[in-house]
Amino acid sequence: MARAVMRPLSRGDGMQKRWVDGRPTRAVAESFIKPNDRLTSFERLEIYNRQYWFRIRDCFYEDYRGLRAILGDKKFERLADEYLARYPSQSYTLRNLGSRLVKFLQAEPQWTRPRTKLALDLARLEWAHIEAFDNEARPALKLEDLANVDAARIRLQLQPHLTLLKLENVVDDFLINLKKNSGLRSEASNAMEQTRHRKKTKLAHGLKRQTNFLAVHRYQDGIYYKPLESGQFLLLSALQNGATLEKAVVKLATLKISGNPGETVGKWFANWAALGWFCGLEK
Amino acid sequence: MPANPFNGFTDYGIGIGLRVPHYEHILSQKPAVDWFEIISENFMVDGGRPLKVLDQILEQYRVVQHGVSMYFGSSEKLNREHLKKIKRLVKRTKTPWLSDHLCWGSVDGRYTHDLLPMPYTFAAAKVTAQRIREARDFLEVPICVENVSSYAEFHVSEMTEWEFLNEVVERADCGILLDVNNIYVSSRNHNFNPLDYVNGVPADRVAQIHIAGHSKFQKYILDTHDHPVIDPVWKLYERAIQRTGRTATLLEWDDRIPSFDEVHDEALKANQFLQRVEKAAART
Repeated sequence: MARAVMRPLSRGDGMQKRWVDGRPTRAVAESFIKPNDRLTSFERLEIYNRQYWFRIRDCFYEDYRGLRAILGDKKFERLADEYLARYPSQSYTLRNLGSRLVKFLQAEPQWTRPRTKLALDLARLEWAHIEAFDNEARPALKLEDLANVDAARIRLQLQPHLTLLKLENVVDDFLINLKKNSGLRSEASNAMEQTRHRKKTKLAHGLKRQTNFLAVHRYQDGIYYKPLESGQFLLLSALQNGATLEKAVVKLATLKISGNPGETVGKWFANWAALGWFCGLEK
Repeated sequence: MPANPFNGFTDYGIGIGLRVPHYEHILSQKPAVDWFEIISENFMVDGGRPLKVLDQILEQYRVVQHGVSMYFGSSEKLNREHLKKIKRLVKRTKTPWLSDHLCWGSVDGRYTHDLLPMPYTFAAAKVTAQRIREARDFLEVPICVENVSSYAEFHVSEMTEWEFLNEVVERADCGILLDVNNIYVSSRNHNFNPLDYVNGVPADRVAQIHIAGHSKFQKYILDTHDHPVIDPVWKLYERAIQRTGRTATLLEWDDRIPSFDEVHDEALKANQFLQRVEKAAART
């Protein structure tokens, strides 16, 4: 039954008439589901098949409103169905539905062409937003905790809710505006959903192409997209990848840092510590 | 049964489901509500606003956990990591009992996020009861299973749904979360008398009752939780409490959610039935 429930719908959002082996799906449904005086076995099974897709599509559409806006409704819906069929949920929560989307888009650019880079930027940012919403926030280190540490041996851990992004397009303001008037994210419940009539999404045009760096994080329960300089991104990425403090700072040697580099980097650390981004020291 | 082993010997009144659109109202106005039911999965997260809101709610209100993903009817082994997450939440909420559905929904690590109906067989009852026992032993909290709304029946079934429910709860020695709306929905979809169901469950195992609204289509009824409770469902509720006595009651409203007051007022209609049943009982 699970296979039938999770099988992609036909074009008109009904259950496919042919089973995977070519038999009529009607015959397959009749083999295990009783008909009643109003519905055939096929129609009864179809209720579950449709509800499965309506439910996961609704959740995916809500989580990826930006991606939908830049691709347009039809293209996005085709992409969503393909992705969700290829990568069905492996988690008890629908929150993780998009966890493999970036990988999918990278492997299969045909679903997003010609806006593949923009689509990837949006998918990364929207997933980072989900992660920032409810990932763990560990007790934060204070700036004083970092004083007198052995930079050659110390590895600084960053908060699990913090994602560092290098993007090819400026998408943060676009997504903020899009989310401004959006409804609240649906919760899990045991209720079935009726088909919703969604507003047509207006295609997004004129997004600026420019390499930029963002830190997506949570601060006092709000989610923020903080622009980073390239040096800041380099340094934080190195720390996130497990480099010692010394090795991470050495990476800045190739960059021009305005003013007094030592003072500038010191200010960066003070700011990041104030935001609570450091959550552990590892020797 | 006002208090029984299956609801942790508590005597909760009439509650409503805790839903996002009501957070602000509840936290700022602090309305008097007997208790809130939370969907466990919405709070099985590692941080952020959901847990902060939950902690604020817990300072003021009694909370009971209701799950949608334990899938007692699945044939796979219980997922220990999943149970650990539930247990962490149980410690946080101090829920006196915990409920989930008599259904299945995952196969080979893939989740349908639906409450799929079970074949009502003795073999399935045995496996399901075993999983409920294991979950209860691990979670160390009384477990109640809820009857689901369904849209399909299987050829292989060997008994009615309520006989199957009885078989499972007796074998598992667990409680029942009796959803009278689900009984109504399934009775219309499968052509049985819903009173036979209500009269057929062991009253002493009913720890909680769910009420809700649904949507009527031409050929079937869908359990949508987006309407007020209809009169035939209230009648089933009345019959249920005639049998069980005053029982923790919870209104579910999950879609097209109206104002907090509207939802709460709808739930409090249960009081009329409770009073009527208690008066009648006092006369006899």
